[in-house]
Amino acid sequence: MPEYSWPPMNKRAVMGKSFDRLDGPQKASGRAKYSSDLNKPGQLFGVFLHSPHAHAKVKSIDISAAKAMEGVTAVRIIAGPGAELQWAGAEVAIVSAVREEIAKDAIRAIKVDYEILPHVVQEQDLSKVGSRAKAAGEQVTGDPDKAFKEAAAVIDGQYGCPVITHCCLEPHGNVVQWTGGTVNLWPSTQAVSSIGGDLAKQLEIPATDVKVQMDHVGGGFGSKFPSDRWGSEGAKLSKESGGRPVKVYLDRSNELTIGGVRPSAFAKIKVGANADGKIIAWQSESWASGGVGGGGMPPIPYVMTKIENFRLNHTAVSLNAGPARAWRAPNHPQASFLTCSALEDLAAKLNMDPWDLFHKNVEMSARPEVYRKQLVKAAELMDWKKKWHPRGAETGNIRRGVGLGMATWGGAGHASKCKVSINADGTIEVEIGSQDIGTGTRTCITQVAAETFGLPMSAVRVKLGDNAFPASGPSGGSTTIGGVSSSTRKAAVNALEKLFERVSPGLGVPADQLEAVDNKIQQKGNPAKGLTWKQACQKLGVDRISEMGENVPAQAAKEGLNTLGAAGIQMAEVEVDVETGIVRMRKMVAVQDCGLVVNPKTAASQVYGACIMSICSGLMEERVMDRVTGHVLNDDMEFYKLAGMGDIGEIVVHMDITPENDKRGIIGLGEPCAIGGLAAIANAAANALGVRVPMVPLTPDRVLAALSSDRRNA
Amino acid sequence: MSSIKDKEKQTKPAVSRRGFLGGASVGGGLLATSLAVQEADAQAAGKLSGLGEVAITLNINGKPTNLAVEPRVTLLDALRHKLDLTGAKRVCDRGTCGACTIMVNGKTVYGCSVLAIDAVGKQIATIESLGGPGKLHPVSAAFVKHDAQQCGYCTPGFVMAAKAFLDKNPNPTREQVQKGLSGNICRCGTYVGMREAVLEASRSMRNA
Ligand code: FES
Ligand code: FES
Repeated sequence: MPEYSWPPMNKRAVMGKSFDRLDGPQKASGRAKYSSDLNKPGQLFGVFLHSPHAHAKVKSIDISAAKAMEGVTAVRIIAGPGAELQWAGAEVAIVSAVREEIAKDAIRAIKVDYEILPHVVQEQDLSKVGSRAKAAGEQVTGDPDKAFKEAAAVIDGQYGCPVITHCCLEPHGNVVQWTGGTVNLWPSTQAVSSIGGDLAKQLEIPATDVKVQMDHVGGGFGSKFPSDRWGSEGAKLSKESGGRPVKVYLDRSNELTIGGVRPSAFAKIKVGANADGKIIAWQSESWASGGVGGGGMPPIPYVMTKIENFRLNHTAVSLNAGPARAWRAPNHPQASFLTCSALEDLAAKLNMDPWDLFHKNVEMSARPEVYRKQLVKAAELMDWKKKWHPRGAETGNIRRGVGLGMATWGGAGHASKCKVSINADGTIEVEIGSQDIGTGTRTCITQVAAETFGLPMSAVRVKLGDNAFPASGPSGGSTTIGGVSSSTRKAAVNALEKLFERVSPGLGVPADQLEAVDNKIQQKGNPAKGLTWKQACQKLGVDRISEMGENVPAQAAKEGLNTLGAAGIQMAEVEVDVETGIVRMRKMVAVQDCGLVVNPKTAASQVYGACIMSICSGLMEERVMDRVTGHVLNDDMEFYKLAGMGDIGEIVVHMDITPENDKRGIIGLGEPCAIGGLAAIANAAANALGVRVPMVPLTPDRVLAALSSDRRNA
Repeated sequence: MSSIKDKEKQTKPAVSRRGFLGGASVGGGLLATSLAVQEADAQAAGKLSGLGEVAITLNINGKPTNLAVEPRVTLLDALRHKLDLTGAKRVCDRGTCGACTIMVNGKTVYGCSVLAIDAVGKQIATIESLGGPGKLHPVSAAFVKHDAQQCGYCTPGFVMAAKAFLDKNPNPTREQVQKGLSGNICRCGTYVGMREAVLEASRSMRNA
């Protein structure tokens, strides 16, 4: 059995070092070709007709005028007479034409008669959703009622975060061509290896007939896994248009309406504690919606899961709005926000520094020691003890405050296969059906291969983004880095063993006594007895070595290449103008536990980016539905607000890179760092203002409303 | 309004939506209307009106380039669909995000908010006029060095905006960089690296 385990931390030459991302020059020079950049010969444009109603039945649809238009090559009905449409923006028909402008004109020429049905698009007030609410049933542990009676302090709060969208800058869509027996798909996806099979099923053709290729993807964040209508309908348009390729991408309005959302989360929460701050009771009634299907159930109480007495109720609300898709750490940012907000309020009630309350109660988490250490580190980086003050201590017009939030995530590697080849000229080729969604996957795979062969990065070519390569899992749930690193490592070790066998007789050293270091193959620890890498590979003559490697999740923990379990603490410092209600970021601190970090530079970028996404959802980002029309009111980027460069303040990222963490193996990072920031920002505002703003994002109207209700209550 | 030239004069402010936005806080409704007006104006603009494509010549990256577009087609779509110059991206398509940033007569412009026919006779520069991967422009190189990109879809727009900003402000402060690049949006959240990248590019360009 070959030795796959990672070389010791202090012996690594390439892994664990910071490298510029390899596709950086392509991207930064505008030369990288995303699928949405493709202009295939004879390419047509596909445009959808979307439902203007939030809930309706199609009575009749007339496509004849559209079909007759010059330049239109095909028109397809998606929702025929009788079809029920459950949200505004749902696809009704699609047109392909030689120019995009003509396709848009043709869409306008389609006549649809709808029977309009009643819709519900808002869930903030649970009493107004009527039959759309579906209770999940009560869970009780211990005796919460008794515990609340015995508690020294009890708080009762209500908190909420709205639906937000992914707002990927490259919209959902694809270029697709169905000609002869083959469908070529150039998607914008997080799942190169599986999207072809999905599409094949939709088209009822063999999976072998779908070829998928993608070099880059302009953002996914969890919203780009399946094959969607743009794939299947685009393919059918292509076929009906004599096999010409068709490009179908959502425009911004539809991207924000149907491209995916993160479910909302609201909760009434009651928490009871002893006088020393130990939490003894929890009760919550939560509700959420992510569209017609209801929506995620946030796992609360979050992190502190071992509270002895609790009662949980959750209600899923079905709304006539675009459906949910996985959104970076599904349900976790919401759960962290709900839980940490309630705990901060509890600390205020006890006149305690929330840091102390969290520090005490992480006892009830799965990894108390890790959180304690992180709390200490984060406090140091934030200068927490100096900055924190009791609520109400700030009285000026500009008030500052600090807050914290917690995170937990799995992040073990997904199933992944990889093929590594050694060529006679010494170059290495890695083929893997994965994708680089901006996380630096290409670069990290290259590092793993280079490390294994004792070669520089430049000797390795990584080929991904093609479903002809060995299958590798979708990039979701922070599973990619563990999966692809492990399969690459194993394939590379297997290939290297074969090369050792080839050169062993000539060197007079048994194959299992050889090592590959510093561009050489040599007797272990004896540079005098060896060959340069080039000389060794020349022995392959016209041959090449190709070996497979596989990460099997069920076995991965045993092998130690990747594992799961990431913890994180984030802190925020904000400044609030109580006259305007404007909240501004001053500083954020992210302390992130991680296992073996392959590339600290791209890893840190993940964490910076996650902090900034938390700033967006904490201060500005929200999908606003119109109760009357059922439309998304802010289906554009003026009013669907995201942070700009001037909105982020200072951000400090601390990756817990230590020998003990390193020994755990590789753990995914994308989700865990995208969780705690929202709670941290909400709590920082509560600390600054002396009053809780119950709902994020902390827009000026909400801040001013909270202040004025506080004045009325005073 | 009977010729392109007249129209140019009249719509000059609209060519630089960035400047337009800088001067006042305007809602999307107004922007959309302004685009619709441009579209209508263009349709009325003599020879170039009506349905169907018209032949125009654009001066792109120093080269006169012939193409045929419908009068309602934006400069961005003309670049992307007709000329395969796809560095500029179509994201919001209405002058908010900066992903389509290009230069027209030395000024940054949102390519999605200019009609192709309005760009006739002007000097258009896209990111393809800057060095490719083997010979990166200092701004692009600094973006790579500071990992100022993740998915990279916003990057070409930011690089163009940063280059134009540095041409005018060769020695900016951090605050000036933040303000100068506030017309662009990145969803992946790469601003920390970008801030450093622009400052570093300013140093390397001054020393060049
Ligand atoms: S695409 Fe032009 S500004 Fe957004
Ligand atoms: S790098 Fe993805 S949007 Fe900026």
